[in-house]
Amino acid sequence: MNQTAQQVEKVIQQRYKAGFYTDIESDRMRAGLDEEVIAMISAKKDEPEWLLEWRLKAFHHWQTMVGPNWAHLNLPPIDFQKIHYYSAPKQKDRPKSLDEVDPKLLETFDKLGVPLHERARLAGVAVDAVFDSVSVGTTFQKELKEAGVIFCSFSEAVQDHPDLVREYLGSVVPYTDNYFAALNSAVFSDGSFVYIPRDTRCPMELSTYFRINARDTGQFERTLIVAEPGSHVSYLEGCTAPMRDENQLHAAVVELVALKKAQIKYSTVQNWYPGDENGKGGIYNFVTKRGDCREDDSRISWTQVETGSAITWKYPSCVLRGDRSAGEFYSVALTHNHQQADTGTKMIHLGKNTTSKVISKGISAGKSNNSYRGLVRMARRADNARNYTQCDSLLIGKTCGAHTFPYIESSNASAKIEHEATTSRIGEDQLFYCRARGLDEEDAVAMIVDGFCKEVFKELPMEFAVEAKALLEISLEGAVG
Amino acid sequence: MLKINNLHVVIGDEEILKGLDLEIGPGELHAIMGPNGSGKSTLGYALAGRDGYEVTDGSMEFEGEDLAEMEPEERAAAGLFLAFQYPVEIPGVNNAYFLRSALNAQRKARGEEEVDSMNFLKTVRASLKSLKMDEALLKRAVNEGFSGGEKKRNEIVQMAVLQPKLAVLDETDSGLDIDALKLVAEGINAQRDGKRSFLVITHYQRLLDYLTPDRVHVLSDGRIVESGGEELAERLEAEGYAFLEETSEA
Ligand SMILES: Nc1ncnc2c1ncn2[C@@H]1O[C@H](COP(=O)(O)OP(=O)(O)O)[C@@H](O)[C@H]1O
Ligand SMILES: [Mg+2]
Repeated sequence: MNQTAQQVEKVIQQRYKAGFYTDIESDRMRAGLDEEVIAMISAKKDEPEWLLEWRLKAFHHWQTMVGPNWAHLNLPPIDFQKIHYYSAPKQKDRPKSLDEVDPKLLETFDKLGVPLHERARLAGVAVDAVFDSVSVGTTFQKELKEAGVIFCSFSEAVQDHPDLVREYLGSVVPYTDNYFAALNSAVFSDGSFVYIPRDTRCPMELSTYFRINARDTGQFERTLIVAEPGSHVSYLEGCTAPMRDENQLHAAVVELVALKKAQIKYSTVQNWYPGDENGKGGIYNFVTKRGDCREDDSRISWTQVETGSAITWKYPSCVLRGDRSAGEFYSVALTHNHQQADTGTKMIHLGKNTTSKVISKGISAGKSNNSYRGLVRMARRADNARNYTQCDSLLIGKTCGAHTFPYIESSNASAKIEHEATTSRIGEDQLFYCRARGLDEEDAVAMIVDGFCKEVFKELPMEFAVEAKALLEISLEGAVG
Repeated sequence: MLKINNLHVVIGDEEILKGLDLEIGPGELHAIMGPNGSGKSTLGYALAGRDGYEVTDGSMEFEGEDLAEMEPEERAAAGLFLAFQYPVEIPGVNNAYFLRSALNAQRKARGEEEVDSMNFLKTVRASLKSLKMDEALLKRAVNEGFSGGEKKRNEIVQMAVLQPKLAVLDETDSGLDIDALKLVAEGINAQRDGKRSFLVITHYQRLLDYLTPDRVHVLSDGRIVESGGEELAERLEAEGYAFLEETSEA
């Protein structure tokens, strides 16, 4: 029994298919964090003066802050002077098209199932591929341009659309927001930028694939999505990293701005390397994601499937400023082995008749810890605001933990808040029922878990729902027995 | 088909089956009756391989194979089916998807091709229809929110689709009204082809009237205490289990 358990564990470790490393010459900045490093990053990107100033202000602010200690996490101290804040594959000039991108990089993304070249790329999905600190290319640029949609790397946006970037950067997540947001604002190197013009429905799914490759390097990307009045966009991000014994830091900031009647759907399939079965290695994933329903009747929906990272700390949130604006959060967070996740959302109701819906599914296996932390705030003028929260935890085995921390603050008597929470263990009876019908134990667990997550999976774009399901199955292998 | 010899089964520290013998040949239908708590469900679970049902002595042979050596899913693939007394709910898992996955898992284990979806749907629809079940149940989650009767009939649908060699039906008739009972009996009879075998656990002669069992056994305190033909069921119906005491003392 013990031996099979060990074998199964071995198989799981092999299951992290994205765990390979691409041997590519890189241009890496010295380790350490100071004004000089920040100026060097800014110079590499040929940034305007105002942006460097903004970075430095963020850095000075960060120096006055201490890291968060309130999350239900066991966080070892991070030595910020040991991290390299910039690493990019060496290339002479910035490639003008995907044809000029280093074949090794294209091959890497091929292997990850995100082919970038014309022949093989995913139909109907435009991809921006970020490798360590830089974007290596964006597909379907021409088609998007015809629709008036801007989808490019953050660095390109700074060059080509500086006014838009300047207007919206930090307008949702100011650099003062929190420790990791301040750090990101100081050192962010790339990311994606999306702009959907008025009354435009983006003609395809947009997607960014984040890949950490280099050793001792942090990835600090920023994503900014602006949806003009009456526009629609669906965006998805995916992430992976090589298997390494040491931890690596990923501290991203995502800002969404939805103007009048605009709709943004943001989906994440997070599969950063989670560390091995003893908890060695893995990504520290500290991310600030916030959507601003800035004007009336706008809608922002977050869907996330989190299976990776050693430690996850993220709370995709919605600020419901416009009247009748709506926020949604659908989450599946799975932890196994020694993974720790502290995730949830904040729904800040400012406008009248605003609505929010939160569906969180936490699955814990092995020795992992999985916490839901959610805030619902009804401001004084948020008349008739509504929130519905449903928070379910599923435990697999006896050594894992699930915790729920709901925070409710209401300053308006007409606001309604509903909260439901359940915790259950995968039933021996369910497992046996499946097995008596011929399913093996792992397929049975996968099926039960899939059923548990159904409400969230159905929110994902089709292609990714299939991927998310497969990912969950892989992540769970060996969780029982 | 099935040969059970001196079977002892322990749950926790308690011995529930205490030397049970039973032999079922191909194409035969046997009935097991017996008071509550006598070990009927325990026998079904032991045959299907539930964790915690420890075989401490004796043997269970299914088509010449030692069942104790097999995982539950291997037993299913070998053609053993248990209709649960209390079918289990699996929230969020589509009923049709569940059944197709189960069928394909069994076929794969036997080295057979996956079933194609059209054929699969045809079979399921036909058996739903014959059991007068709403097709909408296919789209619902497995047993979730099903009425008691729907759950029982859903087990028969699964049996019809999986086509086991030996089906153990644990009180599938309990809680069914007379019309549903007839439908279930028809469902079972439709499967009888001279090769498939059945072990029907029931409290009532009612069901047996429609099934014409080859043998009827009485299980009491972990042993078969009486076996006979259909007339035994009639006697039990008329006299209750009271006469068992006499027989076991005699
Ligand atoms: N999980 C269990 N743990 C301990 N005892 C059990 C368990 N399941 C059944 N039993 C006991 O085993 C005996 C037989 O139960 P069961 O096989 O369900 O009887 P039947 O189906 O004939 O009514 C009963 O005394 C019951 O209390
Ligand atoms: Mg019983």
